[in-house]
Amino acid sequence: MRRVTTAVVLFAAAVLALVLAGVASSSKPSAKAPAGGTKASATTLTVWVGWSARELKEFKKVVAEYDKKNSNVDVKVVGSINDDKIVASLRAGQTADVISSFTSQNVGVFCKRGAWADLKPYLDKDKVDLNQFPASTRQYTEYKGYRCALPLLADVYGFYYNKKLLAAAGLKGPPKTFAQLTAYAKKLTKKKANGSLDVVGFVPTFGFYQNTAGAYQPLVGAKYFDGSGKSALGKDANWQKLLKWQKGLIDWYGHGKLVKWQAGAGDEFSASHAFERGKLAMMMDGEWRVAFVAAEHPELQYGTAPMPVMGAGTYGAGYINGTIIGIPERGKNRDEAWKLVKYLTTNDHALATFSNGIRNVPSTRTSAHSKELKPDKNFAAFTKIFTHPKSATIPITPLGAAHLDTFQSFLAKWQSGKISDLVGGLEKVDEQIDAKMKRAGGGPP
Amino acid sequence: MISESAAGAVSAAPAAALARRRAKRRATWRRRGVVLLFLSPWIVGFSVFFGYPLVMSAYLSFTTYDLLSSPQWVGLGNYRYLFRDDPEIWTAVKNTLWLVAVLVPLQVLFAFGVATMLARAKTGVGFFRTVFYLPALVPPVAATLGFVYILNPATGPVNTILDKLGIEGPLWFNDPAWAKPSLTLLGVWGIGNTMVIFLAAILDVPRHLAESAELDGAGPFRRMGWVTLPTISPVILFSVVIGVIAAMQYFTQAYVAAAVAAGQASQAGSVSTLELGYPEGSTMFYPILLYYNGFRFFQMGYASAMAMLMLGVAFLLTLLILGQSRRWVHYQGAAR
Repeated sequence: MRRVTTAVVLFAAAVLALVLAGVASSSKPSAKAPAGGTKASATTLTVWVGWSARELKEFKKVVAEYDKKNSNVDVKVVGSINDDKIVASLRAGQTADVISSFTSQNVGVFCKRGAWADLKPYLDKDKVDLNQFPASTRQYTEYKGYRCALPLLADVYGFYYNKKLLAAAGLKGPPKTFAQLTAYAKKLTKKKANGSLDVVGFVPTFGFYQNTAGAYQPLVGAKYFDGSGKSALGKDANWQKLLKWQKGLIDWYGHGKLVKWQAGAGDEFSASHAFERGKLAMMMDGEWRVAFVAAEHPELQYGTAPMPVMGAGTYGAGYINGTIIGIPERGKNRDEAWKLVKYLTTNDHALATFSNGIRNVPSTRTSAHSKELKPDKNFAAFTKIFTHPKSATIPITPLGAAHLDTFQSFLAKWQSGKISDLVGGLEKVDEQIDAKMKRAGGGPP
Repeated sequence: MISESAAGAVSAAPAAALARRRAKRRATWRRRGVVLLFLSPWIVGFSVFFGYPLVMSAYLSFTTYDLLSSPQWVGLGNYRYLFRDDPEIWTAVKNTLWLVAVLVPLQVLFAFGVATMLARAKTGVGFFRTVFYLPALVPPVAATLGFVYILNPATGPVNTILDKLGIEGPLWFNDPAWAKPSLTLLGVWGIGNTMVIFLAAILDVPRHLAESAELDGAGPFRRMGWVTLPTISPVILFSVVIGVIAAMQYFTQAYVAAAVAAGQASQAGSVSTLELGYPEGSTMFYPILLYYNGFRFFQMGYASAMAMLMLGVAFLLTLLILGQSRRWVHYQGAAR
């Protein structure tokens, strides 16, 4: 019995020690908090963003300017935030004052009561003109009329080509149609002695680098959903045209050879990128590649242009996506948070400064032509694509990117030659997407 | 006639017995209290990290829940979709069953084989034991990255060597036919923990049994079949059960291998290009689909239904293995 009593005392002492240690450690931050360099009687605004490293520093510079001009707030920026953290914090009710996400497809989930706040009252009160944002950016920042976000710089997809390789092959200027692109790709491709691919003209494989069916959609004028919100991949002949063209080019290379070449193409976000090393002559990519090339391979002689298109009338358009920013509905300082969001998303100087820093496209029409933007011919092509009336983004659904993943799973089998009935296959994908949307309460608005 | 003292003694006896019973009961409760006190960390942990999530998962499996709005009751709707309509579920089930049928037996066989050789080794025993155990210490993500690098069809050393020998190597993680075998190679490489358990069991086989069998003329294979295997059969059963459960929860290696082999591990996430179970769904295992539904597609109600099904199947499989094991597992000293 005595031994048991001793053990109980020891156990209780250990528990007490642990509790005290916990209390001691948890009390440390609050003891330090007042001495954090905050302005006297200023409201602290916490901003969560996905950027990290160099890009985060650039964002902090823009915020610092705002901070300097507004003595009533003290802005703290936290980087490397992803959507998992955002959702978890919203559920716990312990979130930042301003939050941003790289995944605009998730706006269908964020724009719900209790998640991100409705910005309409603020926009109305401050008479903010939404038309300053191109239509596609307006589309990926609201869901079913509930505007819970605004665009903060945009990602615009265009065409990159290696000038040296094109000149060596006797090709002048970038291709403008898919037919020309195919001819260019074949001419620019070089094989090794053993028949494997050395330099590839253009990779049409979906899933490689930034190649997605979604990024091709504005180039062929295809539709994801019909007027009643039903998936229309099988009904829209443009998808079939795109996929047949794509498969034709893959078969010309040989699917296995292309997959093998892709495996050694180099990491997308590193200096070993195939285009930057001259192993890929042409590609579709976002505007950010301009900054990557400047930093990693400044010697590369390349040009940019809009992506080639399937038919006439859409040349100049491209796929648009981007960062979204909003205010949590349960945020404590919503009025002050709104002022910061408004500044970051509508102030031309702020947008141009940030764009110069991370080389994303400024997200308002006026800032896209700001004189403050660093002049760069290769970057300018993307600001033009951004304001093209036929540039588009993907439809917003309540399931995030679930419909794209279903489509991509089909495309993977298609491009490897495992699908013989294209239309039948696409119709089956439509059924699957419709079933998913039905369960989530409906498709896109 | 009963004297007063005698009467007093008679009335005092039940009182004393009552007091003894009370004291005994108090002691019993005190003992129970002590037991509960010592068990309390486990009880709290079990309730918070297992009991509550299990009950919540069961409840959420009957709802539509997007993580941000309140759950909406849909009855058996999630289960109906799971069994009838989900286009990806059977691919995920087939891939997972492949792991159970191929990876688990290979892991057990390989661990047993290595342990047998190590048990017989005469020199460098410590060195070889360390070498074969080391892979188990490598974090799964790092090990997977290493394998994807080594088996890169274009730049990896394996295919480079094969190429020099005039053999065209497979596309490994980039080929739907080779992706699961590549993951199996990775799984078999990291059998250190199971190998150690087997080694301990083999070294624990009573020598006199093997020697008696040898005197009776049994060769090495017969001794293995009639002495070693029956003696270590409880360890084989343990490895199989743990292996099956682990295969049903297989996630990290498949997720990392798919992302890296597809060349999408470093993407910021602005565009969904990651193909589920790259290449062509061949690495889409049940837990990966569950994760995607819950955290990428915001279908936590449906993901919970998937989780409940997985729990049920794992439970049934374990019962099946345990039930069937009575025929081949021998417990030393057990009354049968």
